[in-house]
Amino acid sequence: MVRVLGNFDIAEEVVQDSLVIALDRWPETGIPDNPGAWLMTTARRRAIDLLRRDRKWSEKVALLERSNVSEPEGDDRLRLIFTCCHPALAQDVQVALTLRAVAGFTTSEIASAFLVAETAMAQRIVRAKRKIVAAGIPFRVPEGEELPPRLEAVLAVLYLMFNEGYLSRGQQSGMRRDLAEDALWLARLLDSLMPGQPEVLGLIALMRLNLARSAARFDAAGELVLLADQDRALWDRRAIADGVTVLNRAAAIGRPGAYQLQAAIAAVHAEAAAWRDTDWRQITLLYDALLTFTDTPVVRLNRAVAMSHVAGPEVALGEVNDLSLALADYNLFHSTRAELLDRLGEKELARQARLRALELSQNPAERALLEKKLRA
Amino acid sequence: MKYVLLFVGTREDQDSWDKMTPEQIQASMGGAGQWFQKYGAKITGGEQLQGYKTVTTVRHDRGEPMVTDGPFIESKEVIGGFAVVDVKDYDEALEMAKSWPAGPVEIWPAVEQPAAMER
Repeated sequence: MVRVLGNFDIAEEVVQDSLVIALDRWPETGIPDNPGAWLMTTARRRAIDLLRRDRKWSEKVALLERSNVSEPEGDDRLRLIFTCCHPALAQDVQVALTLRAVAGFTTSEIASAFLVAETAMAQRIVRAKRKIVAAGIPFRVPEGEELPPRLEAVLAVLYLMFNEGYLSRGQQSGMRRDLAEDALWLARLLDSLMPGQPEVLGLIALMRLNLARSAARFDAAGELVLLADQDRALWDRRAIADGVTVLNRAAAIGRPGAYQLQAAIAAVHAEAAAWRDTDWRQITLLYDALLTFTDTPVVRLNRAVAMSHVAGPEVALGEVNDLSLALADYNLFHSTRAELLDRLGEKELARQARLRALELSQNPAERALLEKKLRA
Repeated sequence: MKYVLLFVGTREDQDSWDKMTPEQIQASMGGAGQWFQKYGAKITGGEQLQGYKTVTTVRHDRGEPMVTDGPFIESKEVIGGFAVVDVKDYDEALEMAKSWPAGPVEIWPAVEQPAAMER
């Protein structure tokens, strides 16, 4: 798949709208650092404006795109990413804008990826673009102490994108573009534009390690296969080795973070030859470290699962039950309880928990798995 | 760019002012005074408003002006004051809003008037 800046038209529109506003302010704020780039882009916009008046403007835009030797420079792309993921925009809109302007998705592709109507998605994107322009959301890369929280917002968008693609794999139609692969591509782009950020590397490693297990996650019938039951011969060893290498590069920087730790957990799983060889002690310790960065009920739930293999299902069930208020409506809370109750021989309670999980689950593959267990 | 920062408070907060001296009210506003000092150069206008109990709404009903006691919107939140700020871009306004010490803030971008753009 070839991706230049993406859809020339839309990407330029987002960039340009910001630029034009900024141009109005030049006389007041002084000339920007890179006026050459500004002029180039302004010229291109004028060309587009002229082409728009032409009936066949779209054909000509395509032509211009192909003959466009000077692709927008890296710095412009980086600015574009930060503008699309600005916290003044709702997160689902940040995701949509990033896909549209940076990854080159069409509105229709985004709409089908998130299972919403195309008109609704188009409206959201238009509204967001208007807000960027009207509110004067700047087209720049944040610096200094501003950067860490803004980078975190960008990574959150990429991870959300990734999970949307990854969790729905196996039941996607050919129409659906693979969000997980695109999210990985964007993360790598971010790393190339902004090298040496350990959490960016951590996220790349995490995505790479998860994708390495793709082939084993669904069986021939398209049903979800849990980690414990996966055929590890199907795992992509090269991708795992690559993920671990990236993670080591991140760790060498010496600034741990939530993505690096999640990648480390994925790496421990990936390096176990069989489910029974999993180093659960190590995984539990990594979850403890992860809790110091993101102490959420979901992380606690995952930690309890890891702990169940070290301290036994009874202790783990106690920890899981402590989360019952916070996670009452979370399907994986109930399916985790079901697994632990099964191991304790509480078949009836396990069945009830599984029924609750089924009520709450939207994902067809997850539902199929729950239904299978309920029949067993 | 110009933005209006609306400082939001609750009716309960304002109700509690009834029992306070002006000094106590000022103290309850935390570091609001320092905030205004810090950003003085960027603030082109603004006021602290009297409490919601002093507000009157005028609207038109079939062309006739109708005067009612109280704010337009029935809400737990009320506007306690506002500041007009003139800053480089949105992020600067956001930074100011984030460091406001006395409750939520709404950031409203102002419409750029043609006259201002000719400057």
